[in-house]
Amino acid sequence: MKIGISSTTGNEKALVDPRFGRCEAFAIIDTETSAIQFLDNAAKTAAGGAGIAAAQQLLDAGVEAVCTGNLGPNAFRVLNEAGIKAYRVNEMPLMDAAKLLKDGKLDEISQAGRAHAGMGGRGANR
Amino acid sequence: MNVCILSGKGGTGKTTVSVNLAVLLKTDYIDCDVEEPNGFLFLGPEHVTKENVPVDYPVFDKTKCTLCGNCASACEFHALANTKKSILLFPELCHGCHACELVCAPEAIGYRQRMVGVVEHGEAKGVRCARGVLNIGENMAVPVIRRLLGSLAPAKHRILDCAPGTSCNVTTTLKHADAAVVITEPTVFGLHDMSLAVELLQKRNIPFGVVINKSGGTDRLIEHYCLAHSIPLFGRIPFSRTAAQAYSRGELIGELPEMKSAFEQIARNMKEAFAWN
Repeated sequence: MKIGISSTTGNEKALVDPRFGRCEAFAIIDTETSAIQFLDNAAKTAAGGAGIAAAQQLLDAGVEAVCTGNLGPNAFRVLNEAGIKAYRVNEMPLMDAAKLLKDGKLDEISQAGRAHAGMGGRGANR
Repeated sequence: MNVCILSGKGGTGKTTVSVNLAVLLKTDYIDCDVEEPNGFLFLGPEHVTKENVPVDYPVFDKTKCTLCGNCASACEFHALANTKKSILLFPELCHGCHACELVCAPEAIGYRQRMVGVVEHGEAKGVRCARGVLNIGENMAVPVIRRLLGSLAPAKHRILDCAPGTSCNVTTTLKHADAAVVITEPTVFGLHDMSLAVELLQKRNIPFGVVINKSGGTDRLIEHYCLAHSIPLFGRIPFSRTAAQAYSRGELIGELPEMKSAFEQIARNMKEAFAWN
């Protein structure tokens, strides 16, 4: 299965980034072969709608599941409508998160969290 | 002549100076701080007319849409997403720019309108006043400011009370500026944010001067800056508990005996600097 994980950097030393829309990069991992690729998160500096743009990138990359710390209402709506499930993970090495998902040990994110949670306390639009 | 009142930092007294100058000089007063318009609290206009401000948003003809996703890619504001099952719209992010329509080959996009705010016109204390009010929950102030500034009756002089900061809300208002006054307070924070407003005005080649509000012992902070940058200081409004109390009751502090001369001096210097007749 092809999964997308929000990642603190664009290399294999990265950890899971708890932020979704504003994370540095996305790791695209094939859980069968453990092959890993990185996508720069083009939405990280967006003025608005970062969660939507980040979710769109993952849909375009063809992922079947998402691992992250928190999903805001807009990103949740995009993934939910596309039928892609998201799972909650703490900060940990990417491959550990992939293994937990493969083993069915992660909880599904069944509802959206707070908007702008990944903006360090700043709101949007200023 | 349109004189924009700005500050950089919020809470330095833009509205206080704006409403008092408008009444003193008998000019129109326009509250362009549509996210938190408070000038009407002090003017209390009557017979206020209201007009809704619309913004377009796209609707999709599902019989024509091929789910190509070009609309979502074209949207600068990420208001659209292509889930491969449908196109999702996030209306609060849509600026109504119609870029999605331009890239839609099967012509599946039409538009409807939603209301994002209100423009109000009234009259009080001998001045005509107008304001924009952004609806609660909306985050796009610019369409409301544009509609407000496009709706004004011809006038010789106007005071345009701007939003704080140097965002689109301010730059949109500055398109209508002939001159400006920067209201600051004698604090490091006031000076820092004022310098951003000054930079913006210099880039736009708009003539301006500075007023120090809540003036007290530390005015030198601002005076040094103005001297170093050859910026005229139009005047100062003393820090005063009486004024703060009058303000909190929604009164015009320019009418207080101890404040009258301060506002008259600001008005005089401003008229002289901007060759206002």
